[in-house]
Order: sequence, then structure tokens, then C-alpha cells
Amino acid sequence: MPIIKVDDLTHVYSQGTPFEKVAIDRIGLDIEKGELLGIIGHTGSGKSTFIQHLNGLLKPSSGTVYFDGTDIHSSREFARGVRFRVGLVFQYPEYQLFEETVFKDIAFGPKNMGLSEAEIDERVREAAGFAGVPESLLEVSPLELSGGQKRRVAIAGVIAMMPQVLILDEPTAGLDPAGRESILQNIMAYRRETDCTIVLISHSMDDVARLADRLIVLDGGRVAMDGTPAQVFERAEELVGMGLSVPAATQIALALRARGVDIPESIYTINYLKKLLIARREGDGQC
Amino acid sequence: MDPIIKLENLTYTYGDAASPALDGVSLEIARGSFTAVLGHNGSGKSTMAKCLNGILRPTGGRVLVNGMDTADESRLLDIRRTVGMVFQNPDNQIVASVVEDDVAFAPENLGVPSAEIRERVDAALRCVGMYDYRLHAPHLLSGGQKQRVAIAGVLSMQPECIVLDEPTAMLDPLGRAEVLAAVERLRRERGMTVVLITHHMSECINADRLIVMSGGRVAADGTPRAVFSQVERMRAEGLTVPETTQLLHELNASGFDLPLDALSVDECADAIANFLKKD
Repeated sequence: MPIIKVDDLTHVYSQGTPFEKVAIDRIGLDIEKGELLGIIGHTGSGKSTFIQHLNGLLKPSSGTVYFDGTDIHSSREFARGVRFRVGLVFQYPEYQLFEETVFKDIAFGPKNMGLSEAEIDERVREAAGFAGVPESLLEVSPLELSGGQKRRVAIAGVIAMMPQVLILDEPTAGLDPAGRESILQNIMAYRRETDCTIVLISHSMDDVARLADRLIVLDGGRVAMDGTPAQVFERAEELVGMGLSVPAATQIALALRARGVDIPESIYTINYLKKLLIARREGDGQC
Repeated sequence: MDPIIKLENLTYTYGDAASPALDGVSLEIARGSFTAVLGHNGSGKSTMAKCLNGILRPTGGRVLVNGMDTADESRLLDIRRTVGMVFQNPDNQIVASVVEDDVAFAPENLGVPSAEIRERVDAALRCVGMYDYRLHAPHLLSGGQKQRVAIAGVLSMQPECIVLDEPTAMLDPLGRAEVLAAVERLRRERGMTVVLITHHMSECINADRLIVMSGGRVAADGTPRAVFSQVERMRAEGLTVPETTQLLHELNASGFDLPLDALSVDECADAIANFLKKD
């Protein structure tokens, strides 16, 4: 059974007013336990609206979202429970830190879950470790941290609830390449340790291409593509047509093909492209 | 060179921080040039940007804008009219509830006559491609549109130089492209001096000059091609190079002989295709 099942989901903002806008238009899909699902789509494609349905923050205008087989909105209690089991890290979560200390901020979720002091302490320290927040920062005010550190604290705050599904909306937006890589490595390490299901929204095609098992492309509130990164980036031209970029490796590979270099279409990492080119040259040399 | 901005041994230390965020930076920005400043978080690039129009006053050394010292409070208004600033977060820069009112904010405060305000606002909105949205509510615009309105707001002051501090960091690829196109037009059509602070390698490719900051100092300074070819050095600074350069560099390590300054996708593909043909 999929951990989350989205059945014919539609979401309309400001329904019945002149500003009515269909943000999600009859989406149906299953999110399998343990998978790393990447979601891409340009601004306004419905990504953020979509993920807010996955933990019941929004109610469908029509259709149903199931968590572990049960309609999220079947009861208030169940919906509340789902908020803890599906952790959502919003875009720019550092703006949502509010406690006096980093420790208290990370502890907010577990505290709301009604855990004991000892459990809270353990979870905070563990989550801080996963998110790369050093122990020495736990008693510091979040206001004193750098942007990248704040981002990590916010991620730790969600991880501390030990969600079965972790959803991250652009977790690396605005970070420099080194910070980006380090946060992604932390997320991947967390996944290896916990077998958690991860949904990753990103504008960085290079990141999702590298990390995701499966990619969904949203366009105009619908699922335009659904497949492995290789299957999705094979349709590079369609992606560009939707206003999306494709990974640099795909762009270079397309340009090489246009110049008569015979390499396959579904290339999406620099490493793979490099190996192909080296193999090609060595192959030529033997002839 | 006719510098519009001159940094002389610029040092800036925040509050009681142990080490300076900017540590003795000396450089000149040529009038009409497009300079990109690249660096990882904490490299000092944003601090430097904020020193360029006196938002931060140097704690050591000085900054001269058209010869005016930013430490001289009496010249601050002139300095800020000369060097306009656009920040990272579009939502923090918009003050009015109608796009054209927002763009009119600066000239209104400068006491510009209303007929001229009208002209300036229309010209600024046209320049960034937002004229059709002049009567819209800013909060309903996309990030890229908001950021272009913020740029128009600076343009309406008619500055000689515009400093953009990571203007695309919070935008999606489409928004980024829109903003960069608008910046490109400022330079081409208005001959403005542009300083673009960024950590996107790809945004530096079209600059005349690329300055790499690290640890509060200038780590590299030259044309983008020259700077990016120094792959190992960029990595040592904690920066990546564009994927094109990375691929060329790694292929060379495996026995290819490719030029490292092929920055664009097409140049990179040309270089590889030519090499494979010759080989």
C-alpha cells in the first residue's frame, strides 16, 4: 500500500469569487513507502499547494488524500496525527523560527506531540545531529545564526517529530553551492538511517536529477510527467517548453548530439556524460 | 579607467565580531561596466554591497562614490541617488499597494515634480517590462515580477549605478531569466554601471569582470573566462565552477585536451565535438 495516495485531487483558491483559480486540477498519484520523490514545476504550477495537501494543511476542493490507507480528513484527530507523521519543511523556513533558543525551537514539535522531557531532549539532540546543527548552538538564540544555520534548525524542528514522510519545499533555495551540497548530504544521510519517505521540491534540476528515484513534473496544476529522472529528462525539449530548465549535463548532451556526436538522449549527470565521452574516445582509439 | 566607485582598503567588522567581514578590500568599479561579485555565504560579498552606497559605513578604509566619501553624512543622500540598491527578497522591498505607486515612491520623496514622476515611472516600468502591470497589486505578482518592480523603483531615482545583492536567489528559473534580462537592458540601453552580487555561476558569464570574494578578501579578479578556468583554485575557495567548465576540466584529467574557457553550453559542446573529430 502506498504511504500517501492522492485520488483525483482538485484545489480551487477563492472559489466563487472573481479571483477563483484552479491550483490543482484532478491529480491522482501514489507515493510509495521509502521512495525519494522529486517534484519540479515552475512557479504557479501548483507545487506548494500540492504538498500542503499531503499533510492535511489544506482541504481538497474535491478528491481525497489518503495517508496509510485512511482519508486524512476522515476525523480531526486523524488529521492532527498526520501533521506529525508527514513533516513539512516550508520554503525559507528560517523565517519561522521564533523561540528563545535553538533547543526550544527544535523542541516545539515534539512538545506538541506530548512527549516527556527526556524524550524531547533525546529527539532534539538526534534531530540536530541529522540536520547538521552543532551541539554548541543549542543554547544560542536563533537570531544569532547565519541563514544556512537557521535553515538547518528549521529542518531539525521537523525531523524531531520523526515523521514517516519528510517533505521539503526548496530546502536549498538561496544557499551557496557549498551550503546546498551539505544540506542535501544531511538529508540523504537521514534517509539512509531512517528509511523515511522523502518528497523534495526543487528548482535545481541538477539536484533532483542526482537524488530522486522518481520525478513528477507539475504544469498548470496537473501532472505533466511522472517517471525516473532518465525518463523525464529524455523529454528535455518539452520541459524547456514549460519554462523549466534541464540539467546542465542534459543541455550539453543535446548540444553534442546536434553536432553529430553519437551519445544517448537520457543523460542527466555530468559524471555519466564524462564516462560516456571517455569510453567513446577509448573505443575510437581501439579501432 | 574612470571609476564611479572606489574602495580603498575597505574593512568592515560587525559589532563585536572577532574577525572582520571585509578585510582590506581595494578595487575600483569602472563607469558603465558590468561587474559580477561571486562568493559563498560569509565571504563578505553582501557586506561589500552594503558599503557601496553607505548602508554600512566602513570601520576601516574608505569608499568613494563619484569622489564622495560614504562616511560623510552630508553627502549620503547624493550617494544613494547615485548608487541604487536591489536586495534579495522582493517581498521586503515593496511598500505600496499598486505597482506604479511603489515605483513612484523614491522620486516622490526626492521632491520630483509630478509630471516628471509620471515620466520616470513609466520609463522605469517599460525598461523592466512591467509597464502593463502598472495598476496591479504587487503582492499578486510572481517573485520575478516583484523583483523587476523593485528594480524599477530604483531606476525611477535615476541612479548612475545599480547594485543588486543576490536579486535572483529567491526566484525560480523563469523569474531569474526575467530579472537578468532586465539587468542586461539597463546596461545596454541606459549605459548604467551594474554590480551584481550572486552565487549563481551562470549569472556571471556575461559580466565584463568577475570578482571572487573569500574570507572578506578578493580571491580572484578578472574576466569570467579567466577566473573560471582556474578550477582548482575556485574549488579551494569552496566554490564550484559552471558545469561546463567542470566537465572540460574532468575530461582533461582523463587525457582530453580541451580549452577550459568554453563557458556556454554551445562553446563547451563545440570544444568537445571538435576534439573528438580531431582525435
